[in-house]
Amino acid sequence: MLCKRIIPCLDIKDGRTVKGINFENIRDAGDPVELAVIYANEGADELVFLDITATIERRKTLIELVKKIAAAINIPFTVGGGISSSEDVQLLLQNGADKVSVNTAAFKNPELIKELSSAFGSQCIVLAIDTKKEADGEWYVYLNGGRTRTGVRAIDWAQQAVGLGAGEILLTSMNNDGTKSGFAQDITRALATRLPVPVIASGGAGTMEHFRDIFLSGLADAALAASIFHYKEIAIPDLKKYLSAEKIDIRL
Amino acid sequence: MMPCPPQKEFYNMEVAIVKYNAGNVESVQNALNRLGVKSIVTDDHDVLRSADRVIFPGVGHAQPAMEYLIERQLDKLIISLEQPVLGICLGMQLMCTSSEEANTKCLGIFDTEVKLFDSESLKVPQVGWNDIYHLKTNLFRGLQENSYVYYVHSYYVLIAADTIAETSYTLPYSAALGKDNFYGVQFHPEKSGAVGEKILANFLEQ
Repeated sequence: MLCKRIIPCLDIKDGRTVKGINFENIRDAGDPVELAVIYANEGADELVFLDITATIERRKTLIELVKKIAAAINIPFTVGGGISSSEDVQLLLQNGADKVSVNTAAFKNPELIKELSSAFGSQCIVLAIDTKKEADGEWYVYLNGGRTRTGVRAIDWAQQAVGLGAGEILLTSMNNDGTKSGFAQDITRALATRLPVPVIASGGAGTMEHFRDIFLSGLADAALAASIFHYKEIAIPDLKKYLSAEKIDIRL
Repeated sequence: MMPCPPQKEFYNMEVAIVKYNAGNVESVQNALNRLGVKSIVTDDHDVLRSADRVIFPGVGHAQPAMEYLIERQLDKLIISLEQPVLGICLGMQLMCTSSEEANTKCLGIFDTEVKLFDSESLKVPQVGWNDIYHLKTNLFRGLQENSYVYYVHSYYVLIAADTIAETSYTLPYSAALGKDNFYGVQFHPEKSGAVGEKILANFLEQ
């Protein structure tokens, strides 16, 4: 059976790991390569590295880091953050990233998804969507790390992007992110049931039960979390044992 | 599970990785490095022929890959190799008779065809960890039935005479093929944690 995946996410700034709480108040949580190896050995199924560096040296630092990570770990990893061209993607894949995630640039230029998926294959193009539930009960797409509202529904954008060749959706609920109150089940389930590609749920993980719920009720294919892993609030081996005991297909 | 420590007996082994237009070469080299084995990426016929082991990796599309191989006569070379050869993912698929991907005629080492998953009923590509069972041959020595490995693929091979490991994505299909000195794995051992490292080490020890 194809397993549900547990994915620690490492936010990277200037080559170091950070985690934003509700996208603000960043704290340093260690060396990314060291953390990556620990997670891989603990049984993480995949890793996501999100680069939030804004400086001009950004690309060079990131490529060096990707190279080190690829040499060090024996599981797949995705790199995202500010990716806006085929050249960006080519460099990342060449240096050992297995997948890349695109967000704002893809929304502004949907053809980018088509270009990337035909050049590199859908399997390595992840579309990241930051979404927020508003007063009308609908989930809308936000850009630029959650700072810019679009007025487009997450489900509409996801369907369009998959049509253009996105191979996977990384869905972050801004309402839930940093709250540790659980993943957003309704929008995850809506996407997971309507899209022919895997959906990674992100934002809100606080307890092991939250993971169970997003797999069983939210129908997510994978669940992503950061701070609870970085600050050792939940150990991956314990989480996987728990989920397996809850009859969820998990790689032990 | 901890990764395998470097294997001393591999230190002097010459491993050649076939260089062509559909290789996930970096990842395979990294995995070999972690096992303490140096490898060379080449399309030089003499180097490939004289290597102790040959790895035929692959991520991409079957048709341009076959065209590239034929253009450089790597197709004839690969089927004539006598040392242990391991095809990975698209590499394994190219070792079959043909692929539904653009109806491509392939190398014909394994007497079976490559088919496309039904995207009406399944999420395609299959991305993630799935188990392997009915394990045969030394490639899986020391591994438990239902060990997990990492897959990323849209095309698959049905169970055939050369199947040496099975897996299931709604329907059962070949996780690995083996015939004489040729092996092929549909999954990515270079991305499959300690289990993948063990499979690569087993291949080197053939």
